[in-house]
Amino acid sequence: MIKYQKTKGLSDKKTHYCPGCTHGIIHKIVAEVLEEMNLLDNTVGVASVGCSVFSYDYFNIDMEQAPHGRACAVATGIKRVLPDRFVFTYQGDGDLASIGIAETIHAANRGENISVIFVNNAIYGMTGGQMAPTTLEGQKTTTSQLGRNHATQGNPIKVSEIFSQIDGVAYVERIAMTSPQNYRKAKAAIKKAFSYQLAGKGFTMVELLSTCPVNWGMAPADAMKWIDEKMTLTFKPGVYKDIDHD
Amino acid sequence: MSKQLLKGNQAIALAAVQAGVDAYFGYPITPQNEVPEYLSKYLPEAGKVFVQAESEVAAINMVYGAAGAGKRAMTSSSSVGIALKQEGLSYICGSELPCLIVSVMRSGPGLGGIQPSQADYYQATRGGGNGDYHLIVYAPESIQETIHYIKEGFDVADIYRNPVMILIDGLIGQMMESVDMDVPYTPRKLPEKTWAAMGKKYHSGQNVINSLSLNPDHLEKHNLDLQAKYNLVRKNEVRYELINMENPDYVIVAYGSMARIARSAIETLGEKGIHVGMIRPITVWPFPKEAFAKIPSTCKGILVVEMSLGQMVDDVEIANRGKFPIAFYGRAGGNVPDPTEVEQAILNFGKLVRL
Amino acid sequence: MKEHRLTFNNEACKGCGLCVHFCPVKILQLDASRMNQAGYPLVSVTDIKKCIGCTFCAMMCPDSVIRVESIDE
Repeated sequence: MIKYQKTKGLSDKKTHYCPGCTHGIIHKIVAEVLEEMNLLDNTVGVASVGCSVFSYDYFNIDMEQAPHGRACAVATGIKRVLPDRFVFTYQGDGDLASIGIAETIHAANRGENISVIFVNNAIYGMTGGQMAPTTLEGQKTTTSQLGRNHATQGNPIKVSEIFSQIDGVAYVERIAMTSPQNYRKAKAAIKKAFSYQLAGKGFTMVELLSTCPVNWGMAPADAMKWIDEKMTLTFKPGVYKDIDHD
Repeated sequence: MSKQLLKGNQAIALAAVQAGVDAYFGYPITPQNEVPEYLSKYLPEAGKVFVQAESEVAAINMVYGAAGAGKRAMTSSSSVGIALKQEGLSYICGSELPCLIVSVMRSGPGLGGIQPSQADYYQATRGGGNGDYHLIVYAPESIQETIHYIKEGFDVADIYRNPVMILIDGLIGQMMESVDMDVPYTPRKLPEKTWAAMGKKYHSGQNVINSLSLNPDHLEKHNLDLQAKYNLVRKNEVRYELINMENPDYVIVAYGSMARIARSAIETLGEKGIHVGMIRPITVWPFPKEAFAKIPSTCKGILVVEMSLGQMVDDVEIANRGKFPIAFYGRAGGNVPDPTEVEQAILNFGKLVRL
Repeated sequence: MKEHRLTFNNEACKGCGLCVHFCPVKILQLDASRMNQAGYPLVSVTDIKKCIGCTFCAMMCPDSVIRVESIDE
C-alpha cells in the first residue's frame, strides 16, 4: 500500500530551488490539496516574481505570471470574470509585503474570493539576499550589512496581524514550515483556506515561515531551527482570523 | 437613426457596453471620471464586472488578469495615470493579450493641469514601458468617431492579441455633441481564444500567460514574432483621412480636436484664396506614412499643429523624408489654439518656427 | 511489525539532508560515495527493517524524491 508518493498536482520538471528550500515542500502541499479537492482542472494560479517565478513550470494547472507585487490585482481580474474557477496566488515577502502591499491589502479589503499562499523567508532570495520587509531586527542581509536597524530601515512587517484587521478577510493563519507536524498543520490550513474560497467566504491567506538556506548561510535543517528559535519570536505562529470561529 | 446629445465620456461608456466589454477596471482622474462613473452603473446592470481599483497600477493589472482569462477587458485614465500603467502595458504586449485603454489627455508634465492636451503622443506611440513593443493607437477627432473605434478597437485587439489605445484629449471627453449610438458596426472576424488561462478542463494541455524567458534565443524569437505581428498591423490597420488634397499650397497634419480646429482654418484660408489640405492620421500607431507620398510636388510646405510643443512632428519628419519644408505650431499647458492661430501659422509659414 | 519499502527518484535528489534529519529512527544517511547526474550525494537506507512508515522523510523532502509503501501480506 502506498503511504506517500508524489502528487499529480506537480509536473515532472525538476525544480530550480536550492537544496532544502521550503518552496519545494510548500509547492507539494498546495498541489496535494488541489489534487485531493479535485481542483486541478478548474484552477487558475497566479505566479509572482521571486524565486517562485517559474512556479508555472511546476504546478499542473493553468497559470498567469504577474508583474512583481501585482498578483492580487491580477487574481482579482481573473476571479471577477471567472467566479466559478478556483484562483490563488503564490507570493514571497518582497512581492506581497513590499512592492505589492497596496494590491494585497485592497484585494483583502474588497473581500475578493481568492487564496494567497504567502512564503515568508525574511529575505529577497532570487536577487541574492537583500533585506525584505520581513527581515528581522539585527538580521544581516546584503543591504543591511551591519544588521537591520529599525531607526533607519524600518521594522519587520507582521503581515498576518495586519490582515487579521481587515473586514474582507475570512481566514489568516501563520505556520512555521519546520517539521512533519507543521507540514500537517500547513496542509490543514491550506485546505481550510481553499474550502473557504469555494464557499465564497472572502479573502484567505496562509503565511508560511520558510527557509532560505543559501542566503541565510545555513544548512537546510539548521535553517529550520533558526525559524523555530528566532523567526517565531517576531512572527508568532497561529490563527489570526477565522470568521467561522471568531 | 436616433441622435442624442451626449458627453464624450458617457458615449465611451455606452460604446464599451455595446461592444460587449466583460470587465472595466479603473480609477478616478480628471478629465475622464465620467467613464468609470457611468460604467459603475451600466456594467452591473448588464451582469458584467466593474471594479474601482485602488490605483491605475492595480487597474491595469486587473485588466491583465481578466484578459489572460480570455475576457474583454478595458481601463481608462489620463496622462499621469497612463504613466502608471506602463509596466502593465509592456507585460500585456509581451504576453500577447488583447485589451482596450482609453487615454484622455490632459496637460503635463507631472501633475500638470486638467485642461486638454496632446502631449501624450510620445507616451502612446513610443511607449514608456520596457522592451520592443507597440500599442495600436486610434486618435479619433469626434465623439461619433470615438464610438466607432471603441468597437473596432476591441476587435482589433482580439485579432492581433495586443492592447489597443483610444487616444483623445480632454475636449472630446468633456464636450457634448449630437451622436447616434445606433450607427451599425460590422464586427470583424475574431479568432477563438484557445490560449486563455481559464482552467485546464476548458482546453487541451496547460495554458500559461507569461512574458518571461531567460533563454536569449527563445526570447529573441518571441520578439521577432511580435515584430512580424506589428508588421501585419502596419500593413492592414493604418487609418487616415485626406482633406482638400488636390494641389494644395500647404498641407496641415493634425489629429483629434486639433484637426477639427484646423478644418475651420482651412475653410477661412480657402475664402482668402489659399488652398490648404490636411492629412489627418486616425491611427497614430501605425502612423500613416503612405499618406505623405500623396502630397503633390506643388505643395510649399507641411504645417504640423499639435496641442503640445512637438511630438507627432517627429513622425511627420520621418514620413516626409526631407522632401517638403516642415513648420510646427503648438500650444501647451492646456491652452487650445483657435482657428485664427492656425491661419496665422500658415500665412507666416516657417516664421513661427518649432520651439 | 509491518515492513516498508522506500523508493528514491535519485535524479531529483539535491542532497539537502532534510529526510536524514527528520527520520525518527535514524535509518537514512547521505552517502557521498553515490551521486546523481547533478553531482548531489544520494541518500542510503541503513536498516530498512527499522522503518516505521511514518513518511516524515517523504513529507519533508522538497523534491518529492521518496515514495513510501507498506508491504502487506
